[in-house]
Amino acid sequence: MNTVYLDNNATTQVAPEVLEAMLPYFHEYYGNPSSMHSFGGQVAKKLREAREQVAALIGATPDEIIFTSCGTESDNAAIRSALATYPERRHIVTSRVEHPAVKVLCAHLAGQGYRITELPVDKNGLLDMEQFVGSLTPDTAVVSLMWANNETGVIFPVEKAAELAHERGIPFHTDAVQSTGKIPIDLKKSMIDMLSFSGHKLHAPKGIGVLYVRKGTRFSPFLIGGHQEKGRRGGTENTPSIIGMGKACELAARHLSAENSAVRRLRDRLEEALLARIPQCRVNGDILQRLPNTTNISFEFVEGEGILLLMNEYAICASSGSACTSGSLQPSHVLRAMGVPFTMAHGSIRFSLSTYNTEEEIDFVIEKLPPIIERLRGMSPYWTSVAQACASV
Amino acid sequence: MWEYTDKVREHFLNPRNVGEVDQPDGVAEVGSIACGDAIKLSFKLDENKRIQEAKFKTFGCASAIASSSALTEMIKGMTLEEAQKVTNQDIATYLGGLPEEKMHCSVMGKEALEKAIENYQGAPAKEPGAQIVCECFGVTDREIERAVRENNLTTVEDVTNYTKAGGGCGNCHDAIRQIIERVRAEAKPAATPKMTNIQKIRMIEEALEREIRPSLKHDGGDIELIDVVGNRVIVAVRGACAVCKASESTLKLFVEAKLRELVSPDLIIEEVAP
Repeated sequence: MNTVYLDNNATTQVAPEVLEAMLPYFHEYYGNPSSMHSFGGQVAKKLREAREQVAALIGATPDEIIFTSCGTESDNAAIRSALATYPERRHIVTSRVEHPAVKVLCAHLAGQGYRITELPVDKNGLLDMEQFVGSLTPDTAVVSLMWANNETGVIFPVEKAAELAHERGIPFHTDAVQSTGKIPIDLKKSMIDMLSFSGHKLHAPKGIGVLYVRKGTRFSPFLIGGHQEKGRRGGTENTPSIIGMGKACELAARHLSAENSAVRRLRDRLEEALLARIPQCRVNGDILQRLPNTTNISFEFVEGEGILLLMNEYAICASSGSACTSGSLQPSHVLRAMGVPFTMAHGSIRFSLSTYNTEEEIDFVIEKLPPIIERLRGMSPYWTSVAQACASV
Repeated sequence: MWEYTDKVREHFLNPRNVGEVDQPDGVAEVGSIACGDAIKLSFKLDENKRIQEAKFKTFGCASAIASSSALTEMIKGMTLEEAQKVTNQDIATYLGGLPEEKMHCSVMGKEALEKAIENYQGAPAKEPGAQIVCECFGVTDREIERAVRENNLTTVEDVTNYTKAGGGCGNCHDAIRQIIERVRAEAKPAATPKMTNIQKIRMIEEALEREIRPSLKHDGGDIELIDVVGNRVIVAVRGACAVCKASESTLKLFVEAKLRELVSPDLIIEEVAP
């Protein structure tokens, strides 16, 4: 059975071109880019190219790019750098729907005496900008807001938020792990000081991340060691992955319009068909301010884990915000922050597409999912009463 | 991804006894949609007062559905007295085990069974005097006490895995800790040697039945209590255990340890001379 992979916000396949670009740098050109000999020097040259490719995707200059090990490291490095820059400031502004890389870090910092403002979101997952402005104080050391939400795909107006923070002299960081390569990003035109993203969400391998630091923004390194990354991140460069990241960014730039047309069309096809064929379901998150590849749908009266396991029988891969799949007992913090009722949150499924998905795959899911929901509802004690109530109307 | 046994998977993919019994003798609903799982259990008795038919409807994850399916299979043919003795551990054992975080699914099955029997007997559905401890999931002190007692739980995390209590805001963690301490303190005096021989034999029988036999049966073995002389517990092993080379260490490491923990710390287990 062919795998139908609709879980690209979790991770993506390494693009064949990326793998090909990387392979020689494991066993053939394995030199250390810091070495004086030309065997190492040729790798350094390749890293420079990769840095240019990465910078080009987000409208940055190459010296604004720091390679890290993952999105989480980039987020940690950015926030901690801002705190080190303004040691007298003790306040952080973030949102309730951040990825754990930011959310849990902030909770940890709260334990060290920082005051954290977690901005709420409305029922569509959007921020109230007035409330955002109201949260900024002279004591605020950093603002960290995600560009796009991993669970719902909802996009925050981070460029506007960065301007507002800047006017008040507050550095602005954004976790752009989900938006990079999916929507256009041009940092030349923005006031964003720091931006994080990760390789494995855009068809580069796992274990490589990027932190953009705007020229002129003070930076205090997270990993201290060698002179690599201009002393901003010690440790011998992960040369094959950096080269893979460069290639992936080049491809992402090329596919950006397809992502916003072909992928969006497939996502819309899936969403519309499921909403039409399955009663009592709804989309979570604003449908306009949203990534083109993501849809998060709640199927009422059933539990997400059951849906995922039955889809798994057809090798269909997706995710759920239900409690049972989160490893905790409460449904996703993102859906709760949006006020999605528990009854809906438990049955939420996130489909996230990539340019590798085909129409056949989408049609396969459209065919297989309605009977799965019907089967689970047939076992649910709540569905019978609802179905009866509907029939009697 | 959760590590489910093949049996859990099989019962989830092909659940037995889904639905509602027509004109049931006993019926109960536990859990709620907000908690993330709920079960509606109904049963019907035959003329000999044995469970003729048992059906379920469950909202919840794969292990909740599998636990419900297993429960209905297990209790069919049982008298209510026998069914009352089914523990959540029995349900988990029947399924070849459940992930620790999913043990609350088996507890929910056990609760539904108990309430359905109460419903048949006309007893009050709510335990009198029970206080809600965990506001997030509506779990009472009685439910926590019982889970601690029956499953020998020692930490708040254990209690959350088995009852969900404490899995939300976390405000009740201190209260749960106090309940654990209280139950464990109560359990200790009961294990001091003040008991009569008859009491001791009864407790050993019960421990064998509830805690030990299901595990041995899982591997095709069994155990029989022959006699109790002072602190010496004389048993005979049956089935696969009788020919198993490891049975001696099973007796010492597992059976004796369990009996010491549940009955009295100075018990010595001995196998009857063949």
